[in-house]
Amino acid sequence: MSTAKVAKQTATGLTGNSAVAYAMMQINPDVCGAYPITPSTTVIEEFSSYVADGRVDTGLITVESEHSAMSACIGAASAGARAMSATSSQGLALMWEMLYIASGMRLPIVLCDVNRALSAPINIHCDHSDTMGARDSGWIQLYSETVQEAYDNMIQAVRIAEDKRVQLPIMVCLDGFITSHSIENIELLDDESVQDFVGEYKPERSLLDVDNPLTLGATALQDSYMPLKHQQSNAMKASKEVVIEIGKEFGEVSGRSYGLLEEYDLDDAEVAIVVLSSSAGTVKDAVDKLRAEGKKVGVLRPRLFRPFPHKEIAKALSGKKAVCVLDRADSMDGFGGPLFKDIRAALYADDNRPKIIGRVFGLGGADFNVDNALDVIGETIKLAAGEDVELFRYIGEGQNAQTIAGC
Amino acid sequence: MATLKELAAKEELFTGGHRLCAGCGIPPIVRLILKSTDARIVATTATGCLEVASSIYPYSAWKVPWMHSAFENAAATISGVQTAYEVLKKQDRLPGGDKEIKFVAFGGDGGTYDIGFQALSGALERGHNFLYVCYDNGAYMNTGIQRSSASPQWGNTTTSPAGAVIPGKVQWRKDLTRIVAAHNVPYAAQASPHNWRDLHKKAEKALAINGPTFLNVVSACPLGWYTKGQDSDAHVKYAVETCYWPLYEIEEGVLKVNYKPKNKMPIADWFKMQGRFKHLFKDDEGAAKLVQIQERVDMEWQRLLDLDGMRL
Amino acid sequence: MKECKPLALGGDLPGGCADDYETGSWRKFLPVLDRDKCIDCLICWVQCPDSCIIVEDGKMVGFNFEHCKGCGICDEVCPPKVKAIRMIEEES
Repeated sequence: MSTAKVAKQTATGLTGNSAVAYAMMQINPDVCGAYPITPSTTVIEEFSSYVADGRVDTGLITVESEHSAMSACIGAASAGARAMSATSSQGLALMWEMLYIASGMRLPIVLCDVNRALSAPINIHCDHSDTMGARDSGWIQLYSETVQEAYDNMIQAVRIAEDKRVQLPIMVCLDGFITSHSIENIELLDDESVQDFVGEYKPERSLLDVDNPLTLGATALQDSYMPLKHQQSNAMKASKEVVIEIGKEFGEVSGRSYGLLEEYDLDDAEVAIVVLSSSAGTVKDAVDKLRAEGKKVGVLRPRLFRPFPHKEIAKALSGKKAVCVLDRADSMDGFGGPLFKDIRAALYADDNRPKIIGRVFGLGGADFNVDNALDVIGETIKLAAGEDVELFRYIGEGQNAQTIAGC
Repeated sequence: MATLKELAAKEELFTGGHRLCAGCGIPPIVRLILKSTDARIVATTATGCLEVASSIYPYSAWKVPWMHSAFENAAATISGVQTAYEVLKKQDRLPGGDKEIKFVAFGGDGGTYDIGFQALSGALERGHNFLYVCYDNGAYMNTGIQRSSASPQWGNTTTSPAGAVIPGKVQWRKDLTRIVAAHNVPYAAQASPHNWRDLHKKAEKALAINGPTFLNVVSACPLGWYTKGQDSDAHVKYAVETCYWPLYEIEEGVLKVNYKPKNKMPIADWFKMQGRFKHLFKDDEGAAKLVQIQERVDMEWQRLLDLDGMRL
Repeated sequence: MKECKPLALGGDLPGGCADDYETGSWRKFLPVLDRDKCIDCLICWVQCPDSCIIVEDGKMVGFNFEHCKGCGICDEVCPPKVKAIRMIEEES
């Protein structure tokens, strides 16, 4: 059992990026390799001020690209340092190659991704195309609904990634501009409590151990590549329990416990909406309105997306009449978004599986408001009642939807 | 500077049992550089022949701590390792206590001149304390002899084949040593493993300097040059004797030519020994190209002589 | 699928273990040393790509045939006036 003592907390108002930068300052990582990109830029700007003011001991490497940012983190983590970075969109896309190498080398790097659409067309606003594309890269992914959760997730991420059962890199995602640039109320832990929580990093191996020279990142051929991938896959599977443990322990310190999923009015709901991150707040508003009218509707918000908590999700949705999965990304395969497909797959073996539809919303920052949420829930209620409802489509495409051919 | 007897008495840090080709030009460069400091070395290597062949699981030829991450990022990777070292050293958290460690990144010409160029330039500009060693064999040998920006003009490669219309690689090679020197790094030099004293001295100098340093070392490739493995040392000797690969260094901005051949060997005499140039020896057109190459080599050599002893 | 045997984390290896890997079978030609002619200049040692020249107390004493691939560089770099190394065909 944990002997964690309850932290002193300060209530304030911060943007998501400021909260993430503040968490990084309190964590005081050894190395940060970073390259600026909207909308994550201010994370690194503010963290740079912490470095310049001597509030952290971090070696900040202001590299010449995101590819080098992740490469520098990989070098630092191999050297036994606690390494962190932040990025968005094209930055994450440029890191792509290195994401797989960080996880394959089992390096517990913490990366904050402030979700943003991918080009083309170039667009700086929120959607989840960037991190959804990295969903098979072997990184643990936590999606944050609020500024508070982004801050709390950063602190927990360090422990999850470095746990001996895990030793994998982790991505903390928050919605670009919506969460990253909005000021929300937040409770900040005191520095000492954060330090106590994350603890000193004691790596199992280090490139700097010159008396025990190691070779890292070796070539593995047909006889060894697969067992190494199997080992990595097992660690990913094992990380789910660790996320639960750390979420509980964090609750003891902060009063804010975290699990794999958030269920909102879900218990007795007949119709459920599944959605990640900040839009869950919008859907909850719509649910409140409908509940007031006596409609049995609820929300399931996965916090952990990788590894995919398929059993827990199936359990939470089993017996519902109809489910709509909202994706802020499209797989561009004619079969909806990635969350939609994973949710459907998770429920396939369930005897009481609900009918499931998918809706793609909010690409490139397209507005998603309570009315949109009410529409979606309304459709799902129709589906529950046995009406014919389209399996998958786009919603809320914005003002120019009529003038752009083919929509 | 150590004698060969003294060097041989030091621990071998790059073992046999690696899977580089018989007669490969790379290992003598690596072996000598790893013996060119009394401090400990931590190394990284860009994807390429050296990396693949020296680390096939579960066998590693590296007796120094070594890592590989990808092709284009050896300089970025070593930036991270070296920064971690500085931070952990300050906090007395180095495993095994405080030891002086030198950081070396190795890359071929593909990983250095081309795909890794941006990461190299960034790391040089940021001023990390490390030595970057490029083993330049003039093509992407690991993937099967494709052209690089270091490939010699009119040489045959698998992506610039000597065809009926286009006889090999059209462009002159990139002058990376000058480009690196333009970053105003404290030390940049060109060397050849045949001139092992010169290479050893340069490596010693580079490893003693606090800041980013660079060695561009010519490396023979029997497979890609269509030469015999036993002749690898001779070829990197001729590279120097022809002034195709001049030995020079730029230290704190001052250029010094380290070796001036008494009788410059004609470039055609060296090219004739290599299969990658054999199409140039078939007809008048090839002969004319050889004359042009000789003129360019002479011009480049003269430019170096003009700059000898000058502050750039 | 049968249980994977435990492998080091992420494929880490102890450094230098290639020493245990035999590449001598690649050889078609074998270097032979004439110790009487050798002047211990050690040029062969510095130019050997396979770290195969065995030097003891500053003297060239032979070859590591576990690793020697028979490239013949040692023979080529042996000074013309010395010629203490020659290559002979490997017996199959």
